Amino acid sequence: MSEDKGRPGASGVRQLKYREALNEALREELRRDESVFVIGGGIGQRGGSYKVTVGLLDEFGPRRIIDAPIAEASFTGAGVGAAITGMRPVVEILFVDFTSLIIDQIVNQAAKYRFMSGGKGRVPMVLRTQGGSGNGLAAQHSQSLEAWYYHVPGLKVVMPSTAHDAKGLLKSAIRDDDPVIFIEHKLLYMTEGPVPQDEYTVELGVGDIKRGGSDVTIVAWSNMVPRVLSAAEKLAARRIEAEVIDPRTLVPLDKQLILESVKRTEHLVIVQEAVRRGGVASDIASIVQAEAFDYLDAPIEIVAGKNTPIPFNVQLEKACVPQEADIIEAVQRVLHL
Amino acid sequence: MYSRQFLEELYRTVYTIRVFETECIKLYRQGLIIGYFHPYLGEEAIATGVCAALRKDDYIVSTHRGHGHCIARGGELKKMVAEVLGREAGYCRGRGGSMHIADLKTGNIGANGIVGAGIPIGVGAGLGIYVRGGDQVVAIFFSDGACNNGVFAESLNLAAIWDLPVVFVLENNQYAVSSPIEEMSRIPDLHRRAEGYGVAAYAVDGNDVLAVYEKTTEAIEACRSGKGPVMVEAKTYRHGGHHVNDPGLYMPEERLEYYKARDPVKLAREHLAAQGQCSECDITTIEQQVLEAMEQAVEYAKDCPAPSVEEFLKEVEQN
Ligand SMILES: Cc1ncc(C[n+]2csc(CCOP(=O)(O)OP(=O)(O)O)c2C)c(N)n1
Ligand SMILES: [Mg+2]
Repeated sequence: MSEDKGRPGASGVRQLKYREALNEALREELRRDESVFVIGGGIGQRGGSYKVTVGLLDEFGPRRIIDAPIAEASFTGAGVGAAITGMRPVVEILFVDFTSLIIDQIVNQAAKYRFMSGGKGRVPMVLRTQGGSGNGLAAQHSQSLEAWYYHVPGLKVVMPSTAHDAKGLLKSAIRDDDPVIFIEHKLLYMTEGPVPQDEYTVELGVGDIKRGGSDVTIVAWSNMVPRVLSAAEKLAARRIEAEVIDPRTLVPLDKQLILESVKRTEHLVIVQEAVRRGGVASDIASIVQAEAFDYLDAPIEIVAGKNTPIPFNVQLEKACVPQEADIIEAVQRVLHL
Repeated sequence: MYSRQFLEELYRTVYTIRVFETECIKLYRQGLIIGYFHPYLGEEAIATGVCAALRKDDYIVSTHRGHGHCIARGGELKKMVAEVLGREAGYCRGRGGSMHIADLKTGNIGANGIVGAGIPIGVGAGLGIYVRGGDQVVAIFFSDGACNNGVFAESLNLAAIWDLPVVFVLENNQYAVSSPIEEMSRIPDLHRRAEGYGVAAYAVDGNDVLAVYEKTTEAIEACRSGKGPVMVEAKTYRHGGHHVNDPGLYMPEERLEYYKARDPVKLAREHLAAQGQCSECDITTIEQQVLEAMEQAVEYAKDCPAPSVEEFLKEVEQN
């Protein structure tokens, strides 16, 4: 049950959609461990807005697949309480934008319980949610809010970019003894990728090199990963080889992987969909400049969302989120091309 | 007895909402509208009846299913269509979209993408009136799903202890997306919760525009005279799924048929014909006028330019 890269061509590897991979992870963990249950809005009969929980009600019944009213603060709190008392709840909040409603239970309760109890208590809960822009869903349904949770000691933050990682990371998150904020991306649900037939997990805190390269390191997560990979292909056509690193989990952050890559390439670009101000990219940049300053050949470039609520109009929406061209330009700047 | 003119106005509004939603759904199917779009089809009588009972200087708070509220308050079709098409001439300059239309000119504080979030905002408008003095009132629209959120309970209590001039208009369409209210509340007659907060509450047939108008008028009178908040639960049913892309297959056929037979547009039309003594020919004329107005709004909006990206980016620089 070790990590399997699930590269195409490996034996027993299928193509699965991101949402199907998540569904498999839930199904396997529900089967493996009786203390796992799932709670959220419209997750039972309807199978969730993005179809991640399809079929779970039929297999596991309404005691473990629980449709809740629009009472986010309280059903998340109920998840915290169940977790403290021996269960492993997976709480689903439809949009990361709505996690503003549950922030006390996450920040003051779940994140601090272990610490405040002198290490005796545990909150083995996963908060599954979904964020990002790109569908014209406007200001209250399109945000990237990982920095809120990244900021709070006591939480782990997971943001998978592929079907393979989504499955392996969700399984690890459910088995983890601490609260994990698991943020999916609405544009990734329908993307497909290789997923091994055999059971596997992906360890939290271990990043992945999505593409090797020697000229520049690009760090990106969630839906920025496919965008960066596509930009990297265009750069390769111009003989610029980018190394693309997906930390996969922002907390814990695999900073060693990033530092080692930067020491080789001597150039760093960080790409995040979230707004620039107070973002995770800035923090990664500060870590790298503190620990690998002497290796850097140029100032670190950050490509980030604009400091604005996400507009409804698609052209405006596009203009506030990093696009391929923005990534390519940043690479050229960092390489003084 | 109501005047023909009044009944005509009610019918015009109910019918305009019906036509707006129907035409916008066509635009959605053509790919011209994107994102979330929650039709108010089947619920037209509630916004119409409530807003007819309000004064011009009163306020309303709307929801994600908000087009009907905006129209009933006298919102402009052109600006609404332009907004859902994402154009600069729209209510929110193409930045808000269907779920975020606000029209402060008509006292419409706005739609909301966060279920329940409008309830305390409406209480806040009521609090402003209380602090300022005066006899304005606020009508807060929300549906059954929002009643299960904490803000509902807290807001009801705040409005009650401060005697705020707030009418809680509960549009009980019996679903929150696909969750039936009977599964989400032990007592599906949600107005009964009001008693626990000392708030007077009425139930009303939400498909009958006159019934809604009459009950709301009573409620508003109580509010204006300083007696504190009132709740009006208007029972109704969506004519389709939760949003344009939801076929609503979970809605039992017989139940849907029952409510469609009590179609708010049909009932308002009958009131106009019977009580208003309006001939079939005159009613058809009203309908033609509404259809033309909508057609013009769509044509206008389609010709409107999209917001300028450069200008937007300049604005963003200031943030
Ligand atoms: C706080 C919050 N939770 C969940 C959602 C997702 N959502 C959008 S509309 C809706 C159903 C709302 O039901 P109800 O309040 O009855 O309004 P209706 O759609 O019936 O008008 C849900 C769950 C949301 N927008 N906000
Ligand atoms: Mg409802």
